Amino acid sequence: MKRLISLVLTGAACLLAGCERPPVDVVQHGYRGTGMQQVYNPRTLEQQAERNVAPPAIPLPPADGPKASQVYKNVQVLKDLSAAQLATFMVSVTNWVAPKEGCGYCHNLNNLADDSLYTKRVARRMIEMTRFINGDWETHVAQTGVTCYTCHRGQNIPSQVWFTKKDQPYGSNFLGDKAGQNTPDADVNWSSLPYDPFTPFLLKDLPIRVSATTALPTGNRQSIKQAEWTYGLMTHMSQSLGVNCTYCHNTRSFQDWKGNPTQRVTAWYGIRMVRSLNVEHMNPLTDEFPAHRKGELGDVAKVNCATCHQGAFKPLYGAPMLKDYPVLKGTPTGDAKVAAR
Amino acid sequence: MAQYQNLFTTVQATGPVHHGVDLGHGNSPRTGEPVTNYWLGWIGNAQIGPIYLGGLGLASLICGLFATTIIGMNMLASVNYDPVQFIRQLFWLSLEPPPPAYGLSFPPMNQGGWWLLAGLFLTASLFLWWWRTYRRARELGMGTHVAWAFLAAIWLYLVLGLFRPVLMGSWGEAVPFGIFPHLDWTAAFSLRYGNLFYNPFHALSIAFLYGSALLFAMHGATILAVTRFGGEREIEQITDRGTASERAALFWRWTMGFNATMESIHRWAWWFAVLCPLVGGIGILLTGTVVDNWYLWSMKHGVVPPYPEVFGPVVDPASLK
Repeated sequence: MKRLISLVLTGAACLLAGCERPPVDVVQHGYRGTGMQQVYNPRTLEQQAERNVAPPAIPLPPADGPKASQVYKNVQVLKDLSAAQLATFMVSVTNWVAPKEGCGYCHNLNNLADDSLYTKRVARRMIEMTRFINGDWETHVAQTGVTCYTCHRGQNIPSQVWFTKKDQPYGSNFLGDKAGQNTPDADVNWSSLPYDPFTPFLLKDLPIRVSATTALPTGNRQSIKQAEWTYGLMTHMSQSLGVNCTYCHNTRSFQDWKGNPTQRVTAWYGIRMVRSLNVEHMNPLTDEFPAHRKGELGDVAKVNCATCHQGAFKPLYGAPMLKDYPVLKGTPTGDAKVAAR
Repeated sequence: MAQYQNLFTTVQATGPVHHGVDLGHGNSPRTGEPVTNYWLGWIGNAQIGPIYLGGLGLASLICGLFATTIIGMNMLASVNYDPVQFIRQLFWLSLEPPPPAYGLSFPPMNQGGWWLLAGLFLTASLFLWWWRTYRRARELGMGTHVAWAFLAAIWLYLVLGLFRPVLMGSWGEAVPFGIFPHLDWTAAFSLRYGNLFYNPFHALSIAFLYGSALLFAMHGATILAVTRFGGEREIEQITDRGTASERAALFWRWTMGFNATMESIHRWAWWFAVLCPLVGGIGILLTGTVVDNWYLWSMKHGVVPPYPEVFGPVVDPASLK
């Protein structure tokens, strides 16, 4: 009998091993009794908080003195900074992206103006991209903005990037079609949903909305399978932000905008922003990167929600890093308006 | 004196093993020499076998074997024939129906052709087994209640995999063969068609599902509670009501004012069980064919009240041009 009881207890423990232990904190943010609430695990949050602290800012010196473009050769993007400001700013960038490697990660130390290292050519485009985000996508990043650190966090390559995955990893053309899903994958929180929802929605512009907008059929031909792809993308968003569906959606009706949290609008712009970053900034860099930096299909590393958010509802829990680095805010180009359409 | 008061059957009456009644013309012989098992006796009859297989049973098993082999081989191939990964990822693996683009045409084998074939064999297997339950009941001189209850489940299966996809004009609407994948399908189904919880037939189906469990618990508990008075002899008590039956009836009349009878409680249970897949199937069949968004349909017809908006006004950004 004792052995039976211990066997049952061991079995139960094994079954529960994948679960988080209680208690969790529940925060209501909708009308009472409707399940509009966020569930947080305080122990997970504690670890998350440590990982999402913004580094101390190194303020730029005043803008007087000669311009960087007058002192240094080959300054293409940060022309408006003074030479002293550029030097200070470069220290920050080094801390954010290559703290171990130092200046030599991007620069030829014998000739700082030299463009021979691919890392320098990429870094220039990345600074342009950051300026584009802060200048054109206030709809998503508001005044908080982003810096190199938002994604890089002291690493050469941000820890959360994505590559297009093979939808049929194994050879046979006769048996065992995966249909791009049914594989445990971290990108969709280990579910069996389509494991690369990024290529169709964050690179291509396939329709995300699947639900009918009328009570009776009026020609919506979106399929259940398409709903699974959208579901995969939404699972990624929920994971990336460390929130439940109810953070953005009034879940009684996913397609309705009425009565939804305003966060959903921010997220809507976020999807368009990420897509424009991948199409206009990451993809054109494909040939710059060496093979070992690319995915199994030879594509460039791309951006999704997790790249910046890394588990926090706002990257770095909303630390306003941009205010110390106004140089990272570009003038709006209007491209965002086009992308958002 | 031994009493039936335990959760398990503590009294095991053992005697010579029973081969069953003589079967008439056209029946196969039964297979296997019956044996008794003490442990099984705790939860049911201690005698195992003999089994009646027969032509229908054999045909059903063969069709079922074809279906599971097709599904299993596709799953195995999807992990590159790695037996360890097959076990590890088993709950994730699946045989998917054809992509919606193929409509109702027969797609290439690896694009859902195997799914159609597996579905064909599985359906054949189910109907052969259904026929077997019908014929065995008749051969024993029983009513055919089990067969019709089984058919209610087959109805739901056919709605999901055949009737609804045909009405929608796409095999891609059907359910994949896989553990997690069919659950994902269920969630995606609800997302696509505007929240299944607002489908009244879904609500009815859930009521019958939970109701079945409740009735089962009430009935099981009642009979166990009166076995000390011989209440487990339910069939006799239908016609010859004894003190057990009287006490059980009084208990429910006292506690809730109404009682089922020794006979009618089984009709309650049967109808609750049968209506669960029956109305559930109707709800699925109407989804996408007659109603495209259950939430909007429910709001339109006042099924549920709207509740106050607590968030600021939100406008669909896609509508801002």
